[in-house]
Parts: sequence; structure tokens; C-alpha cells
Amino acid sequence: MSVLVYTESDSGKFKKNAFEVASYANAVAKLLGTTATAISINANENESLGQYGISKILNVSSDQLKTFNAKAYTKAITQAAKQEGAKVIIVSSSSDTKFLAPIVAAKLEAGYVSNVVTAPESANPFTVKRTVFSNKGYAHTQIHTDNKVIGLSNNSFGLVENKTSVSIEDFSPELNDSDFSTKSIEVDKVVGKTSIADADIVVSGGRGLKGPENWGMIEELADILGAATACSKPVSDMGWRPHSEHVGQTGKPVASNLYIAIGISGAIQHLAGVSASKTKVVINTDPEAPFFKAADYGIVGDAFEVVPKLIEKLKEFKAQNA
Amino acid sequence: MKILVCISNVPDTTSKINFTEGDTKFDTNGVQFVINPNDEFGLTRAMWFKEKQGAIVHVASVGGSTAEPTIRKALAIGADEAIRVNAEPTDGHFVAQQLAAVVKNGGYDLIIAGRESIDYNGGMVPGILATLLDMNFVNMCIDIEVDGNNVQASREIDGGKEKIKTTLPLVIGGQKGLVQESDLRIPNMRGIMMARKKTLNVVEPIEATVATSDIKFDKPAPKGAVKLVDANNVEELVQLLHNEAKVI
Ligand SMILES: Cc1cc2nc3c(=O)[nH]c(=O)nc-3n(C[C@H](O)[C@H](O)[C@H](O)COP(=O)(O)OP(=O)(O)OC[C@H]3O[C@@H](n4cnc5c(N)ncnc54)[C@H](O)[C@@H]3O)c2cc1C
Ligand SMILES: Nc1ncnc2c1ncn2[C@@H]1O[C@H](COP(=O)(O)O)[C@@H](O)[C@H]1O
Repeated sequence: MSVLVYTESDSGKFKKNAFEVASYANAVAKLLGTTATAISINANENESLGQYGISKILNVSSDQLKTFNAKAYTKAITQAAKQEGAKVIIVSSSSDTKFLAPIVAAKLEAGYVSNVVTAPESANPFTVKRTVFSNKGYAHTQIHTDNKVIGLSNNSFGLVENKTSVSIEDFSPELNDSDFSTKSIEVDKVVGKTSIADADIVVSGGRGLKGPENWGMIEELADILGAATACSKPVSDMGWRPHSEHVGQTGKPVASNLYIAIGISGAIQHLAGVSASKTKVVINTDPEAPFFKAADYGIVGDAFEVVPKLIEKLKEFKAQNA
Repeated sequence: MKILVCISNVPDTTSKINFTEGDTKFDTNGVQFVINPNDEFGLTRAMWFKEKQGAIVHVASVGGSTAEPTIRKALAIGADEAIRVNAEPTDGHFVAQQLAAVVKNGGYDLIIAGRESIDYNGGMVPGILATLLDMNFVNMCIDIEVDGNNVQASREIDGGKEKIKTTLPLVIGGQKGLVQESDLRIPNMRGIMMARKKTLNVVEPIEATVATSDIKFDKPAPKGAVKLVDANNVEELVQLLHNEAKVI
């Protein structure tokens, strides 16, 4: 028996969350007195997982799996779990893994718990802590089934180094045509820009910015910080920004290290989706804006004056610390 | 085309969340329940299929009788018939098994569920349901067109979107984007009157396995006071983020 973790990659490169779920898998394996095995699909530099406690890697190289396909990827993961006798399967919280995790769970008759934020609280009964009510609460959840699938929240466990020697084995899942009954025909993805899900820092703008023409300074601030850009719901509803940037309870969840909210009032639905971020900064003209109650740092002031200054100071800071 | 929209009955987005009975239960006291926002987008898309393509639209919810006002609201928005599976929705695995039985009995071509319920945020019912029924599945669906048996859909991915081709029968996990915010409908008087006459079938649950259970809840620790930085001293913010928060 071992713990199996699916380590995600994008164009051959491991995502940051791959190292986080690897670290987590190692912690779970230790708790269960076993080792952690990873399955990677079309990833280069598999050895790098050894830094985070993975001792064995099932390396899948397959042209058929070049683009993500939930059913086919699920098949690879479930077959790997069977081969390894793995009872606990760990995945991240990306769009792709949230797509495949419930399928994996149903196929393995496993209890699935998503949005898990800490290492298991006990192995027997197997209990994990997860966020519920859009980050307004936590549940301590027991999994009763033999097989278990855990979806780890982004940025919740962090990277834990644990140098381990790895063995890499090729693994060829058995796939057939029916696994491709849903087909990707076009992927439309911004290149060279971090997505909200993968970003360490997110810079977000609200209705206080008055119009789409004022997003230049938001983009510039995000650029300096290597951040992703996001927005409040009305901003995307009015078409100032694409829907994919809408964050909050009914938009994308944000769990970055730093979230900077500019001209956003901090409505409960907005806060629910971003409160998992570790440090929150608010810039708002209104000292009574609810966001000030939820933030760590705040500036009461006009975004059109504060943001350019912040950009300038950050440039100086970068120059000094380069 | 026969469509089933799965409706989760959830606390309104503005609800304050509290727990009761020694922090083992969600406290429903004073909480207003609504159609899960992701399901509302799905239901509105289903209305489009009804009006433009003559689809029949049923809604189903797994829940006690307290879920009926929410189900009636879905009927008032325009669904033709409703099914309530008379059981507490203990976890996503249980709900998916109940809905699978509903789908088998009703012979649906398209099942529209939501990406996640905003209460327990499981994000698992549609995926498990599709797998139990051996149907195609598209999660985080933001667009769907049906032509005969052929489906063209889009889903949100990290950093963009993806177009997908598939066929009915299909389950989707839907969200905003399926329709625009401005397309959402508030039930009018006529809809509400008609909803009273529509069929709401109450069926008993099938025997199902319970895979997970929540044994205790708690709330995040209250936040300390915000540190305010003067608008004329932005430099200080940069220093705090570097030295104190250590995020830059
Ligand atoms: C069912 C439902 C779901 C929802 N889900 C979401 C969600 O997921 N995400 C979300 O964001 N919202 C959501 N909302 C909407 C939410 O209730 C708020 O309406 C929304 O978050 C407000 O957006 P905002 O802060 O950009 O705009 P506003 O509330 O209009 O706030 C603008 C802020 O900008 C400030 N401001 C103005 N000028 C300046 C300036 N020059 N410089 C600095 N600050 C300035 C103002 O003081 C104000 O605080 C939802 C609502 C409902 C009903
Ligand atoms: N009790 C329920 N009754 C009917 N549908 C449900 C129920 N719970 C969840 N669903 C459906 O499954 C979707 C995802 O829910 P969940 O997996 O609980 O996050 C919801 O948006 C609904 O469409």
C-alpha cells in the first residue's frame, strides 16, 4: 500500500501545486506508515518531486493525453492506484483536478473530500479539515470508505522539502476510444500570464476604478509583482473585464499569499471567495468600506493617486533588491 | 430533449454562518434559503432550451420538506415538473446516488447541475452522478449548445477556456457564463400562480452508502484590526509587505 498523488504539469513543466500536493502526500504517507508515489502525465524533470518526499514516480508519456481529458486522465490515475494498491489518492484544486476528482472517487468507490486545508487530523477514523460555506467555516470530515480521494486547497499546506531518492517507472494506462467521448477542440488560454489559481499574488479591481480604460495601472502593478489580475463581480458583469477574472463566492476562489483589493467595497460575497488569501491589502476612498474589517493592511485614499505611487515605490524596491 | 436541472437548496449568499448542537450542525435559524446560484444559471439556460428548442424541463432536489419553497421557485421560473427526494442530503455521494435513481426513472438526455453548492462546496455531485450513469460529463461549464445529439460546450480552465465536443446523454456542472447575469429571472405573479398547480412529486430515497460525514464545525479565528498606512506614505506599505508579511 502507498499513497498516490497526481502531480499536474502544464506543457511538460510541473505546476507549483504539484510540489504542494507532493509535500502533502508525503505527510499523509508518514501518518499511515507508508510511502508516497506520484503519477505524472507528460511531465519533464520528474526527479524534482524527490525534493518533496516522493519516492516513486509512475511516468506516463502519451500523445493521446497531450491535452487534458478528464475521463482518460481518470483512467490513468485509477489504474495506477490499483497497480500500487493505493487507498489514498491526493489531487490539487485546479480546474482540471476538480473536474477529474469526483470521477476518480466514483470509479474507486472512494469517499471524496475537497477543499482540504490541513494534514489529516487522525488516520483512524480518517479525518480531515476542509473549508465550507465559502470559507466562512471549517468542517472536520470523516471518510468511512476504504479508498479515499482528497482534494487539497491551493496554498494551504505549502511546500515542505524532504529530500528522497526516487525511482521512476514508465506507466502506460490502457485507454480506449470511449474514454475520449468528450473531446477538446480548442483551448483559449492567456499565455505568459499567471492565472488566478496559480498566482502567489493577485491584484484585483472593483467598481471604484470607474471604467475599463483605467485598468492600465492595475495591469502595471500586477506586472511588477508577477501577479494575476482579478475583479469584482459587477466589473465582469458590465464587461469591463472578462468573466474569468471574476473572483468571489460565485466566481473563482482566491487563495494567494497576497491579495490587493483596489476600489472594492468588500461585500460578503466578494470576501467569501478571497478570504483564504494569507495577506489582504485594501485601497479605498471610503474608510467605512467593509473590506477594511477583513484586511491586514489598508490605505484610505484615492486609487488614482495611491496606485501610481505604489507602482513607483515597488519599482524602487525591486531595483534595490534585485 | 428532456432536461433535469438539479437544484441544491442553500443559504442566501449574505447569510451569517453559525453552528449549533455543540458545533455539529449548521444553524438554520434566521437563514433565508435560495436556489444555489450555480443552479440558477443552469435553470435559466434550461429555460432557453425550453423556449427555443422545445425541451421539457424537470427539476430535482434531494431534501426535506423545508426545501419545497426553493423548488416552487424553480417551478415559478418555468420548470415543468419537480421531484423531491425526501431525505436529508448528508453528503455528495449520497445525493448523487439519489439523483442517479431519479435520472434512470425519468429518462433524461441532459442533466444540468452546478459546479458546486455554495453551502458545503463539495463540487462532486455532477461528476459522481455522470460516472454512476456512465454519461458524458463537462465540469465548470460556461456555454452549451445542443444540436440533435451533438453538443458543443465550453468550460472554464485556469487562465482561460476550452471548447469541447461531446454527445448526449450528458451531465454538466454549470456556473456563471451559461447565461448572463441579466438573463436571470425573478418569478412573476403569473409564474408563481402556475407553479402552485404544477406537479411536485415526492419520492422516497433509495438505499445508499454514506461515504463521508462532518463530525464538527468551526469558524475561522476573528481577524485582528487592519493596519492603516497613510496615503502619503505608500513606501511604508511596501516595507510592511516585505518585512512583516514577507509576501514580496
Ligand atoms: C448571489 C450573489 C452573488 C454574488 N457573488 C459575488 C462574487 O462572487 N464576487 C463579487 O465580487 N461580488 C459578488 N456579488 C456582488 C456583491 O454583493 C457586490 O455587489 C460587489 O462585490 C461589489 O463590487 P465592488 O466592490 O467592485 O463595487 P462597489 O460595492 O460599488 O464598491 C466600489 C468601492 O470602490 C470605492 N471607490 C470609489 N472610488 C474610488 C477611488 N477613486 N479609489 C479607491 N476606491 C474607490 C468605493 O468607496 C467602494 O467601496 C454577489 C451578489 C449576489 C447577490
Ligand atoms: N441536495 C441536492 N439536491 C439536488 N441537487 C443537488 C443537491 N446537492 C447538490 N446538488 C447538485 O450538485 C451541484 C454540486 O453540488 P455539490 O457537489 O454539493 O457542491 C449543485 O450545484 C446541484 O446542482
